Amino acid sequence: MRDAISQLVHDGDTVAIEGFTHLISFAAGHEIIRQRKRDLTLCRLTPDLVYDQMIAAGVARKLVFSWLGNPGVGSLHAVRRWTEGTEPRLKLEEYSHFGMVARYTAGAMNLPFFPLHSYSDTDLPVANPLIRPVESPYGDGPIYAVPPLKPNVTIVHAQRADAAGDTQVWGLLGCQKEAAFAAERVIVVVEELVDESVIRADPNRTIVPGLVVDAVVVEPFGAHPSYAQGYYDRDNAFYLDWEAISRDEASLQAWLDEYVYGVAGRHEYLEKLGRDRMLALRPTSAPSGSVDYGEYR
Amino acid sequence: MSAVAAEYSASEMMIVAAARELAGQRVCFVGVGLPNIAVNLARRTVAPDLELVYEAGVFGAQPARLPLSIGDPTIVTGATAVTSMFELFGYYLQGGLIDVGFLGAAQIDRSANLNSTVIGDYATPRTRLPGSGGACEIAQNAKSIFVIMRQSPRSFVERLDFRTSVGTRVRVVVTDLAIFHLADGELQLDSLHPGVTLDQVRSSMGWQPRVAESLTETPAPTVDELRLIREELDPGGVYTK
Repeated sequence: MRDAISQLVHDGDTVAIEGFTHLISFAAGHEIIRQRKRDLTLCRLTPDLVYDQMIAAGVARKLVFSWLGNPGVGSLHAVRRWTEGTEPRLKLEEYSHFGMVARYTAGAMNLPFFPLHSYSDTDLPVANPLIRPVESPYGDGPIYAVPPLKPNVTIVHAQRADAAGDTQVWGLLGCQKEAAFAAERVIVVVEELVDESVIRADPNRTIVPGLVVDAVVVEPFGAHPSYAQGYYDRDNAFYLDWEAISRDEASLQAWLDEYVYGVAGRHEYLEKLGRDRMLALRPTSAPSGSVDYGEYR
Repeated sequence: MSAVAAEYSASEMMIVAAARELAGQRVCFVGVGLPNIAVNLARRTVAPDLELVYEAGVFGAQPARLPLSIGDPTIVTGATAVTSMFELFGYYLQGGLIDVGFLGAAQIDRSANLNSTVIGDYATPRTRLPGSGGACEIAQNAKSIFVIMRQSPRSFVERLDFRTSVGTRVRVVVTDLAIFHLADGELQLDSLHPGVTLDQVRSSMGWQPRVAESLTETPAPTVDELRLIREELDPGGVYTK
């Protein structure tokens, strides 16, 4: 992870650590904090705790997003401290969920914009002038459009990949695929490194081919306190605890000192949290039925 | 007619009222918290065929536990389909397959427009709220919108600080005091919850509402509805106390 972040993430980059509730690479976010990257533009539909932590650590100058909160709990207090009042320290560029998904999609497809049925008669196009109306060339009237988003780096967490970066995901897919195809550089972080034959045995499950991947990092529990379907549950207790930790700037910084700056990497972070806490997050089994692709010679 | 419960919370009344309004609906876009419980209650009572859609990319969810977040793994296991968010918003929502979308907000106006973005000025806000999420496009593409929110002069306002989503497709607004429906583009007070007076509702909002000629009383939650909420849907009382 250290090498992947130091070689592929540069100060001033536009970075997307995607994953909708599921498969959020906290391991990569923490490494970016430890390497004291600066002036990043962070993109995510739901900034979640990972960006609250990164913004509190001072890595970002701008946030591009669509929903800013601690899901099911409340606010992202660091982001609020950086954006409320008369002298905001963080620039915001705000869309809706489908607007963000459409931006990655346009980025991945090399389209100049993406039209969507949203934003009409709202204040969002006023707040963000990059949301613009276009006239349908087929006479259907105006529709709002969003510009492509092409991150310098996209980081996705996944259940498994092979050494070439062929990556498979199951459970919520978010817009990992779109964000990866839209990016100049892609880092994949996985629970397990598997043989190429495992990938080839189930090609429908591949969301990103190694063709667009620059680095594969193996980091079990690398999404904690987010989750990996079938591997471990979301650590909801931590999301609830973050409310108290992050309300106060000093306690948030103390948390970063202990759990991010104070550890060399993910392994030490997990040791600090304790094996029992991780094991308690393991779900019981619910395997998919297998399908038969057939042999055609 | 089943027995009426003796005691219930304001949240339980809101859940029950919203669930009853879902009678006859087929496909519902769900949010976490009260909407999630209301939809699951409806599925066990007035709308057994209701399909649950989550913006995280799930159609036909059958959550086995109450999800804390909109993207909980329990909405995946056993679902009919898991899709990318592009497909969910593009094919299901924009494609016109969603009958009901649930939205909440910090502010609502008389035309049922909603604000979930900021309190105060946008550039230098007093309170930075979560923002649209999917609300903006849900409000514009679901066939009807249900709103569940608590009523106060701060939340029911003459003028929104920011318009995050449009109210044109809002069908019903369920509050802790009453039920409003949108009639000719304006919210109309149609029903008062048991024990609530018209004055109480009027003093809990920033404009004088249009009141239905046939203003009724919301039937109180039944013993059966409360049993489902307390024993099956929110046994910890996380959202309903």
